[in-house]
Amino acid sequence: MVKTEMGRLQEHPILEFKRGKEVTIYFNGKPIKAFEGETVAAALYAAGVRVFSRSFKWHRPRGFFCAIGKCSACMMEVDGIPNVRTCKVYVRDGMQVKTQSGMPEAENDVLSILDDVMDTVFPHGSHYLKFTTSKNARRFIVNQLRKFTGFGYPPKAVYQGKAGYEEIETEVLVIGGGPGGMSAAINAAKYGAKVLILDENPFLGGQLVKQTHRFFGSAKERAGTRGIKIAEILEGELRSFKNVDVRLETRAFGIYNGEVGAHQKGEVDKLLRIKAKKIIVATGAYERTLVFENNDLPGVYGAGGVQTLMNVYGIKPGNRGLIVGSGNVGLILTYQLMQAGVEVAAIVEALPTIGGYFVHAAKVSRLGVPIYTRHTILKALGKKCVEGAIIAKLDERWNPIPGTEKKFDCDFICVAVGLSPAHELLYQAGCEMKFIPELGGLVPLRTKYNETTVPGLYTAGDVDGIEEATAAIMEGRICGIHAAISLGYGGKEAEKELEEAVKELDEFRAGPFGQKVVVGIKKCLVEGVKV
Amino acid sequence: MKYLERGYLIREELPPFPSEERLRKRPVAYIECPQPIPCSPCYESCQYGAIKMQNINDPPVVDYEKCTGCMKCIRVCPGLAIFMLRIREDGMGEVTLQYEFLPWLKKGDKVKLYNRKGEEIGEGVVNWVLPPEMNEKMSLVRVEMPANLIFEARAVRPVRE
Ligand SMILES: Cc1cc2nc3c(=O)[nH]c(=O)nc-3n(C[C@H](O)[C@H](O)[C@H](O)COP(=O)(O)OP(=O)(O)OC[C@H]3O[C@@H](n4cnc5c(N)ncnc54)[C@H](O)[C@@H]3O)c2cc1C
Ligand code: FES
Repeated sequence: MVKTEMGRLQEHPILEFKRGKEVTIYFNGKPIKAFEGETVAAALYAAGVRVFSRSFKWHRPRGFFCAIGKCSACMMEVDGIPNVRTCKVYVRDGMQVKTQSGMPEAENDVLSILDDVMDTVFPHGSHYLKFTTSKNARRFIVNQLRKFTGFGYPPKAVYQGKAGYEEIETEVLVIGGGPGGMSAAINAAKYGAKVLILDENPFLGGQLVKQTHRFFGSAKERAGTRGIKIAEILEGELRSFKNVDVRLETRAFGIYNGEVGAHQKGEVDKLLRIKAKKIIVATGAYERTLVFENNDLPGVYGAGGVQTLMNVYGIKPGNRGLIVGSGNVGLILTYQLMQAGVEVAAIVEALPTIGGYFVHAAKVSRLGVPIYTRHTILKALGKKCVEGAIIAKLDERWNPIPGTEKKFDCDFICVAVGLSPAHELLYQAGCEMKFIPELGGLVPLRTKYNETTVPGLYTAGDVDGIEEATAAIMEGRICGIHAAISLGYGGKEAEKELEEAVKELDEFRAGPFGQKVVVGIKKCLVEGVKV
Repeated sequence: MKYLERGYLIREELPPFPSEERLRKRPVAYIECPQPIPCSPCYESCQYGAIKMQNINDPPVVDYEKCTGCMKCIRVCPGLAIFMLRIREDGMGEVTLQYEFLPWLKKGDKVKLYNRKGEEIGEGVVNWVLPPEMNEKMSLVRVEMPANLIFEARAVRPVRE
């Protein structure tokens, strides 16, 4: 029903895809049409490329997984530079893209026969034990082995481009421009603090840019408004402040005693050295995957990866999908796929009940998508690409019950089994961390104002515990105001708003769906210094 | 909570039906939202105090006598859980539902009707739409159908010519 052309959606009930100028990129020498604004990975996918790399020992085919630069499954050589995540670079006319693993290329890799014999010749760990007789023999063999791994070759020539350097001083630095980061920046700026906000994407909005559905919550928190619209509203507000500097395509790579190192892309790539009095980390989360046979086959994707492909770049992920996980993400994605004219074979959920909101499940049930609770995926079928999947019912002890297997035909599988906080910067900065399953993984200890154990370093959003955009916005508000107050801005008025904001967030989390988070936060709350 | 094992409601789990007398007067909001979730736009949109909720996590309960059929709530519900029901003087039934698929439906379009489980249960005709551009890309469609289907039909798809 929905029109597509060259793998790209031409129409959509909610979204309008604004494609840039048509350009040509070269993939392993072959010309491929693309549009400015698309990532290399998206353009390749639209052109039907599914195998992006090969695994380094067994040379198994690999596709993209996350589409947001977090999993490294999409690495290729781009314009002579190896190990580039193709889901994070944008096409340019004449760009040369090469798969770097596989002989002669990832799609048709003669070395994939190793898949069958490798383990008998080189059992696990054997590279430590073999070829150790002499230093020279070892060096030779390591050099040879490296060629098979697909880690790419270092560039032959020395980098010829220009590189810039800039020192910036700011009062508040916000890392991450999703709902959490934007809200933090807005609330620090509105009381007068000088704010710099960075995001590695060429756009603000974080996860919101792929959320076409209307949000839940109360009208005050913009419930009933679509996620994409909420991102626009926040960005508008943010950009209305003169004391806010927004840097896009800028990635923070380290925090060193109150100074931050970042890399800004542009005409001239720049190294930024940022001195900030307060730092707010709002870097969001990663997608998790699941263990099952063939889970590395191209066609097994993260739910967010599929959303990015479909809702940001307007590229059809396939014709028929299977969804693993019935949390809100899995349920919403199912509905969004159907809106883009993609069939969904079924939703599989290991728990005895649906994990997300019932109303989201009802929405897809009435459109004929079966939800199999107490079932799991046993394996993905296919040689170079997903061609189907087998699921089975689980018994009380979570073991598959023999004889209950069902086979589905599908050309992709979405894994929607939750997220983990993207905590690296916090960990590297020296924050005290704790593993808290209720919050999705490793998170920083923090005060009720979201200040970590490193004074002046705050967090907001999914990075300190997986919740949702509404909570991220509320946390951003809290730490943004707190940062402003501790810099001497805002006075009594700000203090009053801060206490209100803390109370509102407590109320928001009070319902049954907030229970898990409340339990998790109790485990990592520390007493802070009073402002 | 059996409905969470299935993903759809069955007869015993449905909210009480409005009386036939009420259904014949004018459209009435019927809300299928049994689970406590933090969501309240329907409650906030109702000017007549017809939707009851103690706090944001409370499932909404409709007072069918107070409901005037004004359709404010169905325009905003993010869960697509509200249906406007009516039985006309000529005995035909009408269900208004939220719709956000292509192609957009138009007045006069024939549609197939599906129940909560996605099974086809009959055919109906669209006799009114609120176009998507009037409601942030969420269209409302009113479908004429036999009166005995108004508590069953929960999804529609265009009949392909
Ligand atoms: C399918 C789906 C449905 C959802 N539905 C809802 C809903 O109905 N209601 C709701 O409230 N929430 C919903 N959410 C959740 C919501 O989108 C997220 O919780 C929210 O976006 C988290 O905000 P954040 O600011 O913490 O992180 P993100 O939105 O993930 O933003 C993080 C940003 O940081 C940037 N970044 C990361 N590392 C760096 C670095 N080193 N340097 C510079 N920039 C960096 C990233 O590029 C990104 O833009 C949904 C999520 C999904 C996937
Ligand atoms: S890093 Fe590119 S797909 Fe994950």
